[in-house]
Amino acid sequence: MPFHSHRLANGLQIIGEDSPAARSAALGFFVRTGSRDESADVSGVTHFLEHMVFKGTPRRTALDVNRDFDRIGAHYNAFTSEENTVFYAAILPEYIPQAVDILADILRPSLRGDDFDMEKNVIIEEIGMYEDQPMWSAYDHAKRTYFADHPLGNSILGTPESIRALTRDQMQTYFERRYVAPNITAVIAGNFDWQRFVALVEERCGVWSTGPVGRQGVRDTRGSGKFAVLTKNKVVQEHVFLLSPGPPVESPARYTADTLALAIGDDSGSRLYWALVDPGLADSADCSFHDYEGTGSFYTSFSCQPEQTQEDLEIVRQVLHEVQQKGITEEELQQAKSKIGSRVVRASERPMGRMQAIGMAWTYLHQYRTVDDDLKAFDAVTLKSIRELLDRYPLDQSTTLALGPLEKLILASSNGKK
Amino acid sequence: MPQEVFHHTFPNGLTLLAERMEHVRSAALNVMVPAGCVYDPPEHAGIASVLSDLITRGAGERDSRALSLALDNLGLDRDESVGSMHMRFWGATLARNLPAALEIYADILRRPHLPEEEMEAVQALALQDLQSLEDEPRQKVLIELRKLHYPSPLGHDRRGTPEGIESLSAKLVRAHYRRLFQPRGTILSVAGNIDWKPLREQVERLFADWEPGQELPLRLGTQPGKRSHIEKETTQTQIALAYASVPIGQPDYYAAMGAVNVLSGGMSARLFTEVREKRGLCYAVFANYQTFKDRASILCYAGTTNERAQETLDVTLAELKRLQEGVEQEEVERVQAGLKSSLIMQEESTSSRAGSLASDWYYLGRVRSFDEIQSAINALSPESIVAYLHRYPARDFTIVTLGPKPLEIRE
Repeated sequence: MPFHSHRLANGLQIIGEDSPAARSAALGFFVRTGSRDESADVSGVTHFLEHMVFKGTPRRTALDVNRDFDRIGAHYNAFTSEENTVFYAAILPEYIPQAVDILADILRPSLRGDDFDMEKNVIIEEIGMYEDQPMWSAYDHAKRTYFADHPLGNSILGTPESIRALTRDQMQTYFERRYVAPNITAVIAGNFDWQRFVALVEERCGVWSTGPVGRQGVRDTRGSGKFAVLTKNKVVQEHVFLLSPGPPVESPARYTADTLALAIGDDSGSRLYWALVDPGLADSADCSFHDYEGTGSFYTSFSCQPEQTQEDLEIVRQVLHEVQQKGITEEELQQAKSKIGSRVVRASERPMGRMQAIGMAWTYLHQYRTVDDDLKAFDAVTLKSIRELLDRYPLDQSTTLALGPLEKLILASSNGKK
Repeated sequence: MPQEVFHHTFPNGLTLLAERMEHVRSAALNVMVPAGCVYDPPEHAGIASVLSDLITRGAGERDSRALSLALDNLGLDRDESVGSMHMRFWGATLARNLPAALEIYADILRRPHLPEEEMEAVQALALQDLQSLEDEPRQKVLIELRKLHYPSPLGHDRRGTPEGIESLSAKLVRAHYRRLFQPRGTILSVAGNIDWKPLREQVERLFADWEPGQELPLRLGTQPGKRSHIEKETTQTQIALAYASVPIGQPDYYAAMGAVNVLSGGMSARLFTEVREKRGLCYAVFANYQTFKDRASILCYAGTTNERAQETLDVTLAELKRLQEGVEQEEVERVQAGLKSSLIMQEESTSSRAGSLASDWYYLGRVRSFDEIQSAINALSPESIVAYLHRYPARDFTIVTLGPKPLEIRE
């Protein structure tokens, strides 16, 4: 059995998947907290805290943290999403003890006032960087428009104003509430010794405080259904997003949803590829499925020249409408499955890929899933399950957002027909 | 586990390289054809990019849709891209589907339809690709930097020019294909769970009768300039700069890698520490190394709010120059650890291995072994890095900025 799990007395969960042929190991701490867990007065605190975690502890300055990671040649980073904050490192097996020591140490950060003030600048720079990338900006606005007052609409980065207004004490309070042991999973994959790993984590994390965990506002949404055009004169291309509802992460229908999204909007050979990219009407077109706790969403997007946008939008709505009416063909289904199968296998060949996969499956579902479990789940998708999914989550009922130089865009009659 | 690397060069000049990786289920293939954008005639700049899109729109007995479907059914993730020197075809899938994929790639490389009726769409895409660069300031400034820093045509960008793309016809693209696509100088590499003997036999059957053509000469011009500012109303100012380094294959090469990694190899590296961590001047700052066969450069980037741009540039330049004053043993040890773990982790990815085989062959005419690279990394020292820096000091910068206001350069 390549899978191991163990729960510490304070509630911290440890899981691992062995792969003796691997030459390295990937290690991650999954904290089940994200932008959806923020109240409006601390918008952006989760992501800012992720940065502050690297700023040091009683044992290490910020520079020590970076140096200690670099000393063991770790490939390390962290990310914050709507629902998770994940700290991770890929290392050679001989450095696992050091990697556990650093990660466990930094997850109890000092949050020193001068570091806090300095890092505010970096966060504001990061916000500025994304502002200059219209595709990101459009994605963020589309998400906010779709989710409206649903907590998933909260911005991950926050705004320069919300970041400036944030105090160190607010961050400390948030940290103490969300970084409790039962809200954290330590995950390892690749080449490692399980007993030694558990002992290392227990030694470092066994003293972490415990506390109630949970998440408020877990509910389904169908989206606001709004249509918004954001005019940005400095932007050259028009960037358009259409969001429609989908199944939540808890639902096995997520496999069907992933497969359908791929058939509609993969970057080659998909419906949108043939309708928009192949004929040169748009420089990119995509459809992907994002699942969250309690709800899910299909993100369909394209970017093109402003004068082409009206026609492209109608084509996309027509494609979505046709899929809604008739589903996809058996040929398209097989094609999508072949691609997914190959991607799942390739992602699993690196410890980092497996660490992320088992970490997410555990965080969301308290389940261990092998690569073959996932392959089987995708293999079991049928035209019938796609039909059922579409009946439940209509693709053509979307919330639409365009960002770019256009002042006006018309939503023709429903169903995308002229 | 010993490395199992195989090589064969066919009489027509095509090189086949393979690495067997038993512990994986996938395989990746990589084809480098010496047809990069440096060979674009100036009046048709962008022709290689157009060719790389058109070339998969029908080949052998399959039309565009049938070809795409056949590759998708093999679960192949793929990409066709144009670099300075090469056009690159990359694909990865389950190892058992690799032979079928190779059959299709033989059609793409040797029997593409290059259909006239698809030209309009491909040209429209190429123009949009060029235009969308205006929405990606970081990429834009790095492209402009390379154009300014290298003698023409080495710094050319694959996207070409609007006039170049508009001037094209199917006839011109076909002629370009015939002139450039040939086995001499083409490198096909494969890594993954493969067997050498059947692979070699299959490649021989598919490619041995491919006729070799002329090697094209490359005439270099002079460096276009040293300074440029692109005025644009952005939230951040983009700063990009370049200076000379030593090409791969030269004795100083590993010392150069050591130096660039002291600057930018990890989060404790100098640029990140001084510019971001200590001063909070920016979110992104890095330096990387780029090599051609006969020359190489360090390219450096920082993106920062307009008010802090001048200080960011000043601090960055000061750090680059300060490096030759000395490097700590500790810094070298961190660089060694980082390079060593990258080297070993690369062995877990079929795509990186396929890519490394081909690039080693192109630059060095052989594939470096693990042990060779490992011992070169181990041999790095503060002295060897500083000695290199005295031979290649950070100076004579080419600097490009993009933002509302130009910056002052105090060298």
